[in-house]
Amino acid sequence: MSILVNKDTKVIVQGFTGKEGSFHAEQCLDYGTKIVGGVTPNKGGQTHLGQPVFNTVKEAVATTGATVSMIFVPPAFVGDAVMEAAEAGIELAVIITEGAPVKDMQAAKAHATKHGMMTIGPNCPGIITAEECKIGIMPGMIFKKGNVGLISKSGTLTYEGANQVCNEGFGITTAVGIGGDPIIGLSYKQILPMFEADPDTECIVMIGEIGGDLEIQAAKLIKEQITKPVVAFIAGQTAPKGKTMGHAGAIVSGSAGTAKEKMEALEAAGVTVVVSPAEIGAAVTKAMAKK
Amino acid sequence: MNIHEYQAKQIFQKYGVPTPKGIMVESVKDAVKAAQELGGPIWVVKAQIHAGGRGLGGGVKLAKSLEEVEELANEILGMTLVTHQTGPEGKLVQKLYIEDGADIQSEYYLSVVLDRKLEMPLIMASTEGGMNIEDVAENTPEKIVTVPVDPAIGFQGFHGRELAFGLGLTDKVEQGNMIKLAAKLFKLYMDNDAEMIEINPLIKTGKGEFMALDGKMGFDNSALGRHPEIAAMRDLTEEDPDEVEAAKYGLSYVALDGEIGCMVNGAGLAMGTMDTINHMGGTPANFLDVGGSANAETVAKGFEIILKNPKVKAIFVNIFGGIVRCDRIANGIIEATKITDVNVPVIVRLDGTNAPEAAEILKNANIANLIVGDDLGDGAAKAVAAAKGE
Repeated sequence: MSILVNKDTKVIVQGFTGKEGSFHAEQCLDYGTKIVGGVTPNKGGQTHLGQPVFNTVKEAVATTGATVSMIFVPPAFVGDAVMEAAEAGIELAVIITEGAPVKDMQAAKAHATKHGMMTIGPNCPGIITAEECKIGIMPGMIFKKGNVGLISKSGTLTYEGANQVCNEGFGITTAVGIGGDPIIGLSYKQILPMFEADPDTECIVMIGEIGGDLEIQAAKLIKEQITKPVVAFIAGQTAPKGKTMGHAGAIVSGSAGTAKEKMEALEAAGVTVVVSPAEIGAAVTKAMAKK
Repeated sequence: MNIHEYQAKQIFQKYGVPTPKGIMVESVKDAVKAAQELGGPIWVVKAQIHAGGRGLGGGVKLAKSLEEVEELANEILGMTLVTHQTGPEGKLVQKLYIEDGADIQSEYYLSVVLDRKLEMPLIMASTEGGMNIEDVAENTPEKIVTVPVDPAIGFQGFHGRELAFGLGLTDKVEQGNMIKLAAKLFKLYMDNDAEMIEINPLIKTGKGEFMALDGKMGFDNSALGRHPEIAAMRDLTEEDPDEVEAAKYGLSYVALDGEIGCMVNGAGLAMGTMDTINHMGGTPANFLDVGGSANAETVAKGFEIILKNPKVKAIFVNIFGGIVRCDRIANGIIEATKITDVNVPVIVRLDGTNAPEAAEILKNANIANLIVGDDLGDGAAKAVAAAKGE
């Protein structure tokens, strides 16, 4: 089992024929992802990577029955692409593009919610169900199949965490990179309960960072609803105030959004909080042994 | 991207938000000329830097004669202004704003920001104008009125009424003035992809009119492409020159106080690397994310920027290759050692895509000072030891 996506998930790619879209779509196909087509306006009718190209998402969905869209369009067109996917009946849009204006994402997410479409990202590595389905840009080979669910704001910390979990002899059910922008789609609050409900997930690794309060909301939810062990790391304990640390959303404003307050909230919720990402693997081993 | 007060006021004027009359100058001579043009009899001489708390730091002063304007301009222009937002090193004042004095009956606070929890813009107002709003939020939260505005419906009358009544305005004309002002501010926020607009203080004059005595604005960097007139307002002298230089090469850099230079791919791992170094008893000298398209040139540039800092005693390169291929980073490191004089130990940890090839490349290059870290923990420990001279 897994969450959100599996070997049967039918995926289309928006921005299919672009440089990034092509490169990563091909990697996803190699991984085994069922990419059934893509969308690039004015290239409808062509074939790309052995799959049909459509002018609109509506046509792509009607012809292929895809339920998930992986979005690689340039930043200025992300809002448009997400709204198009939502109206075409896509169930989950995975937005990889970095640098989409916040105002566009605000409108796009509100529209997606109205149409019952879930979103992941933007500015994220995507989602992977180990050895079944990769929708994103992560290096597939480090995600071995296993029983640990992973959710992270950071791409490279997703890889770091998954790699350590696998080096300890465990593996991953599904790993979700939720992105580090100020407005993002699915977050801890929605995904943690999915892992709780997934019979194959036995332990959850949660990686957060400074800025915003999603981790605080997560702590509250964990306390109330999550019975599986959770191992957490919050990046940015040494980040200075008022400076954006790479991710647009990673900023400590005033006294809000510090790593310390998030770590304390998670600890109070019974989560094993590690002070360095280098300790994620060992903490998972400990958590799995206790079960 | 942030802009100066005088630029914010230009935008306010465009949107019909009343402000006192003022002129930006860059010399004492022009300051006096500006004061003459404005007419007086009272002027305010204001330092233009991108930081709050200018008044408390001595960068905003009242002048009652042209002589005083000259005196104050002399004093403030060229001073290094230290406020709670500049850090102890302060900021050099290169521009002044000479402004008409205003008839202040009472002071308010008004801002529009993004509420990340509600995922929509939020208008905040308070009767505690001129105060640090974070202090007000902490000590007397009941004195802050917050009104979220869903962009799908836009600014409506009820939003304005909630603000006006929340501020305790009872005069109908004053209520109307406040509602109109908030509507303009919200339009300004949406039209320009602002991240934050703050007026502190917003004053009420003896005639019951509201006027922006100060103005602070920040804009979404991702949206600057569609606002060339805003992008043109960027003042590079207000930004850290190393950060600006790094950005030209697609690197995201923030200077810190410590001794271990860090070069990492991905913002999260870069912060996690700093945290690990700190946890192991070392101190990070910087945050540096080489991004997804790192190559020999960007890595060499990264080394150059890190090594400009004389405090750096070791460099930790920590790469988990996803899109970034480790062999490219390895070549970059070799390239960098040819271009730049890397005179401190370099600890390299490369994992992920093409890591074995990268290890081979580094081994064959035989670079002195190069230490290989097996994983994040091992690499950080070696970097901390190297910085201590062990």
